[in-house]
Amino acid sequence: MRKAIFWIAAVLILAGLQTQLVGWIGAYYYKIVILAGINIILAVSLNLINGITGQFSIGHAGFYAIGAYTSASLVHYGESAIRGTVAFLPRFGQDTVLLLLGILVAAIAAGLAGVAVGIPSLRLRGDYLAIVTLGFGEIIRVLILNIDAIGGARGFSDIPPLSNFFFFWVFLFVLMTVGTIHNLVNSSYGRAFISIRDDEIAAEAMGVDTTRFKVLSFVISSMFAGIGGSLFGHYTAYLNPNSFTFVTSFYLIIMIVVGGLGSIGGSILGAILVTVILEAFRSLSEFRLVGFSILLVLVMIYRPQGLMGSRGMFKFKRRAAVAK
Amino acid sequence: MITFLQQLINGISQGSAYALIALGYTMVYGVLRLINFAHSDVYMFGAFMGYYIANNRTFQARMGTSLFSAMVVMLLAMVLSAGLGIIIERFAYRPGRTKTRFTLAFWLGVLGAAFGDLLGHSFAAVVGGALAGIAVGVVGELAGFRPVQQDTRLGLLIIAIGVSLFLENGGQLVFGADPKLFPEILPSKSLNIGPLNLDSPKLIVLGVSIVLMILLNVVVNYTKTGKAMRAVSFNVDAAKLMGINTDRIIAATFAMGSALAAAGGILVSLLYPKIEPLMGVNPGLKAFVAAVLGGIGNIPGAMVGGLVLGMAEVMAVWLGSSTYRDAIAFVVLILILLFKPEGIMGKGLVEKV
Amino acid sequence: MKHTIRFVLLALCSVLVLAACNGGTPETATPATEIVIGEYGSLTGSTATFGISTKNGIDIAVDEINKAGGILGKKVRVIVEDDQGKAEEAQTVVTKLITKDKVVALLGEVASSNSIAAAPVAQQNMIPMISPSSTNPEVTRKGDYIFRVCFLDPFQGYVMATFASKTLKLTKVAVFREISSDYSVGLANAFIENFKKMGGSIVADESYNKGDTDFNAQLTSIKAKAPQAIFVPGYYTEVGLIARQTKKQGLNVPLLGGDGWDSPKLTEVGGKDLDGSFFSNHYAVEDPSPAAQKFLAAYKERFSTVPDALGGLGYDSAMVLFDAIKRAGSTEGMKIRDAIAQTKGFGGVTGTITLNAERNADKPAVVLEIKEGKFIFRETISPQ
Repeated sequence: MRKAIFWIAAVLILAGLQTQLVGWIGAYYYKIVILAGINIILAVSLNLINGITGQFSIGHAGFYAIGAYTSASLVHYGESAIRGTVAFLPRFGQDTVLLLLGILVAAIAAGLAGVAVGIPSLRLRGDYLAIVTLGFGEIIRVLILNIDAIGGARGFSDIPPLSNFFFFWVFLFVLMTVGTIHNLVNSSYGRAFISIRDDEIAAEAMGVDTTRFKVLSFVISSMFAGIGGSLFGHYTAYLNPNSFTFVTSFYLIIMIVVGGLGSIGGSILGAILVTVILEAFRSLSEFRLVGFSILLVLVMIYRPQGLMGSRGMFKFKRRAAVAK
Repeated sequence: MITFLQQLINGISQGSAYALIALGYTMVYGVLRLINFAHSDVYMFGAFMGYYIANNRTFQARMGTSLFSAMVVMLLAMVLSAGLGIIIERFAYRPGRTKTRFTLAFWLGVLGAAFGDLLGHSFAAVVGGALAGIAVGVVGELAGFRPVQQDTRLGLLIIAIGVSLFLENGGQLVFGADPKLFPEILPSKSLNIGPLNLDSPKLIVLGVSIVLMILLNVVVNYTKTGKAMRAVSFNVDAAKLMGINTDRIIAATFAMGSALAAAGGILVSLLYPKIEPLMGVNPGLKAFVAAVLGGIGNIPGAMVGGLVLGMAEVMAVWLGSSTYRDAIAFVVLILILLFKPEGIMGKGLVEKV
Repeated sequence: MKHTIRFVLLALCSVLVLAACNGGTPETATPATEIVIGEYGSLTGSTATFGISTKNGIDIAVDEINKAGGILGKKVRVIVEDDQGKAEEAQTVVTKLITKDKVVALLGEVASSNSIAAAPVAQQNMIPMISPSSTNPEVTRKGDYIFRVCFLDPFQGYVMATFASKTLKLTKVAVFREISSDYSVGLANAFIENFKKMGGSIVADESYNKGDTDFNAQLTSIKAKAPQAIFVPGYYTEVGLIARQTKKQGLNVPLLGGDGWDSPKLTEVGGKDLDGSFFSNHYAVEDPSPAAQKFLAAYKERFSTVPDALGGLGYDSAMVLFDAIKRAGSTEGMKIRDAIAQTKGFGGVTGTITLNAERNADKPAVVLEIKEGKFIFRETISPQ
């Protein structure tokens, strides 16, 4: 009952904000808010693999890209067919159906990719896993570069926009992502994930099926990344492989580490901070990234556990503290 | 057949370029277990140092163009880059290991200098900003801001990413983001064996990489410093107990790695004379893959990995399309890691329970 | 306690920095006293001379118009944004120009990929956009608020095919295109179509990526097919390197190209390996028309160097826009758009500009030869 009330209230509040937000803060800051929201979805999902399950994955941009491109392709190529089947709905309804369908397809495609990446993770540890995940991200990007039907190296334009309510949709999914992952962490699944992070061999010895849970963490995480990608593609109505490079993956890692690895609130904070700083500093041209990188180094030197502290991280010297 | 041989030559020359950079990656990883993402930017720095030295009028007047002057350019660039490497190690990676002073002062000084340049665009503004930053930093340290011990490799990795971003964008700020033409410090002679084309830069790059690899191997395996480096790579604490000044050895490792990167930068600029501040990003990633491919921590492995990768790429471009080039590195890597997780020449990873 | 203090200090610093940044950015223009135009281009990056040349041309135009009293009694102010030559950045900076800086019109971009990415944003917000030199047909198809003052690539492909086939009398040409550029791919296709129609054959078709430095693998494949020339419709940085590697491989054939070659940096990178190569362009600096000569003098005086075609096109795009605003008598997007669409017989530096129904300009092209680092005029080819 409480949950139902929460969700109804959330929908109403978001809808209300949607109508007023542009008027309050202007179109430019509205865009930054939406980008921050998408980054929250990406960061929180990445945290599931890195912070909570302790797997070293730096290829998240690949799942992001798969989500974005599959959703865009579905809508671009299947638009007339799908509109045909729901022709009884008003235009607005048809658009929503297309959008939700795109998001669903994105989640499934990215989830499948998560399986593909999760399987090798079973054999590899630490730095090697990192390189392989980085590799997957790059391979996906290069594949996209070569598929002319989705624009290839020149980018995919002509993505139908489908909605003027992106604030509503993005933050609805932000709530769903955060809610799902929070519930996951506090369930028996979460305890399994954390046990894998803290000491995989001990977990195996205690009967935790590490294989299943490692792959599961990849799949769930990648599905949400796919959703984020889909929203991104439909919002900007233009996709370019250069938006999905390993630098993008690095920025996501920076978000979760700066926020505090393993802390969901930290990922949210990190996502917002990094998005805002990168955009707010835009007017400073070259200084922007110089300043950002120095701040990053300083934060990591002086507060390596992140702004929100940590719930345990990779340790190579000490045993992990027992998670709260 | 001829085309195949020519492509083979192309592949070897491309591969030796990767091998040079890979040598530095593998060294630092072997000693510190750190993926030094900033390595590829030291490579870029080395190339730019070579550019400025070779284009310097006084230098040109005194030295002219010859094999000797080219070597001088390379050596100077290597020395300057070694210095950069030592600075990076001291102010970015060491604070996580030992209590270091002036870290805050250094970084705020740099930030201040960049800020000064942003606001003032004059030399005075830059210096003023730097001094202000240093002052704030010193005050901050006195007030109790001390670096925190890095417990995790991920933290060090993020710092490495941060330093890399800093060098790339700082390079754009200082050198200008536009590509420059690296001067021809070595007259290029075309050698044609029948219809095959080989020119002197290609041979020189291959030759120098082999020489440097042998030199590195000698240093690591037959000198006292090398022995100390190997000790540190096995166990830092035990090495300290044995009386090794680990801080100095680590600094020396960085210095050597950076010098190698700079050599790589200059040699590659002989082959492909376009230099720009982001020139290290892609080769750096590929070279790192090459190092892992050959067995990370293994010096001959870096060479082997580089050559294998170079040839795989050239073949892929020849038989398929040049846009698949970037993916080949990773496909090859994944295949090899799946069957031989420690790399081509790596030692087996022992999992102690 | 210590940690809390540190955290608070950090947060405070960030807020101050953010406030400073946003306080430092220019206030959005007061519409009463100024007309604000947005300009976006690649001021940094591998195609930096494109953005800089265009900006120079636009600057001269702005100075000229302001000296004459401005438009509709108001001074013109141009806000310039750097997109670093990247399409995603182009989209972002154009959004900023429109939503934050509230510009009334846009000038840009040079590279077609960037114009294509940014055009939908302009179209959606009903802000007219004039591209000075994007030649891919797709740009103006994005909507009726998008215009250009230069010719199209289907025509440019025809120009170089004609030159190759009729003047140079070639029958076997290889094509080497940049796969990551709409411009390069489109121009390559246009050339191939026209060259084949004129009886020629394409013996090889290879591609490279933006930022590549090693072209040996592809050039070796091309060399094996023994072409009489190589059509390289790319941008100057890569073309220069390609020329060097072509000659190093012993492939001594001329290179042919398009307006993407137009940059003083082309010969800096390519050196004498480019001698004997040809490319099509929008106009030649030695054009004797009074408008061109006047512009040449003004540009030389201000920037101490000779302009390239992009500078001329930048100037023309700005002047066409100013003229349209004058005729519209207002800064309303729709009115400016309609006025631009009616541009007829406008005397520009790069030729007479008349915008047709597809919002493109039908103009002749010139073919230039490269000799000892200089661009020499060879011939003019007009639209059929």
